[in-house]
Amino acid sequence: MTWTLVLTLAAGAFACKAIGFFLLAGRPLPAVVDRCLALIPAAVVAALVVKDTFSSGQHLEVDPRALGVGVAVVAVWRRAPFVVVVVLAATVTALARQAGWH
Amino acid sequence: MTDHERPRPDHPDRPRPGRPESGSRRPHPWRDPELRPVVAASVTLGAAVGVFAISFGVGSVSAGASVLQTCVMSLLVFTGASQLSAVSVIGAGGTTASALGGALVLAARNGVYALTMGRRIEGRLPARLVAAQLTIDESTAMSVAQDDPTAQRAAFWITGLSVYVFWNTGTLIGALLGTAIDPVTFGLDAAFPAAYVAMVWPQLRTPRGRWAALLGSLLCLALVPVLPVGVPILCAALAVLVGIPPDRTSPQGSTP
Repeated sequence: MTWTLVLTLAAGAFACKAIGFFLLAGRPLPAVVDRCLALIPAAVVAALVVKDTFSSGQHLEVDPRALGVGVAVVAVWRRAPFVVVVVLAATVTALARQAGWH
Repeated sequence: MTDHERPRPDHPDRPRPGRPESGSRRPHPWRDPELRPVVAASVTLGAAVGVFAISFGVGSVSAGASVLQTCVMSLLVFTGASQLSAVSVIGAGGTTASALGGALVLAARNGVYALTMGRRIEGRLPARLVAAQLTIDESTAMSVAQDDPTAQRAAFWITGLSVYVFWNTGTLIGALLGTAIDPVTFGLDAAFPAAYVAMVWPQLRTPRGRWAALLGSLLCLALVPVLPVGVPILCAALAVLVGIPPDRTSPQGSTP
């Protein structure tokens, strides 16, 4: 591990964030662009859900995470508090692994 | 947030019973009763992040980084997936260039989040630079799950700072101890998608939000097997194109 890697990665990662942050800030945009930007969270956070549930690297798989996240969906639908949702998902996933599902 | 809510100015602070209005624009976020659920959620999330940070610290030191390099990486890079990827490439004998390439692809999605957050977070330049550094999965998702602009900003800062503290504390502990509990044993790898389910839920109230979420998920799933890790999430952002057709049910300028 070299300092070149650490510092170049730091600069690159911050550049990604800062460019996005200041690119469109405080600028009036056409309504159509505004509508699309408002949908970024829906599209990307939903994609994070399926990526973190069904993928390991480049492989798709159904493992105990799917059960845990399935329980989380029900909990969110039943308006459970956030802490309950997260703890429930982790517990169900851990128990499924304990039971031998990997 | 629905489309037709966007043009409205910030909600004025509601008067709070039993508390004289001070000169500040809003009560301190940590004391605002309405934000208690956000504080609880951000600490929960922070704790899970902290366990992963410990395993990052352990992995980084065992891949040959010094304790100082490991901690500087968490302080300055502050993007878990990129850091883990860089460390695992180096640990497997990869070159600096290949470690950097993969890690930067993973970091690019923060730029997509920042497109949204940069339009919502106000303040002076130094504060906005700090906000840019805190623009990650967790802070963005927690922020957009809130209804009004004041709560969105507060949730962004609370979650960003909570994760920053837990991520860096966990990294230091892992780098020093060299042994970690395996987050997978405790199901903590399922904690993050579960948290994102809770955070994306409010986005699904509008038909357009539901289409964007459905299309984004399908794009991501379809592309995971064929594209390098990190790229499918970027491509999922293309689902925002469902926002192009004009909204017939609530024309521009109408109020709900």
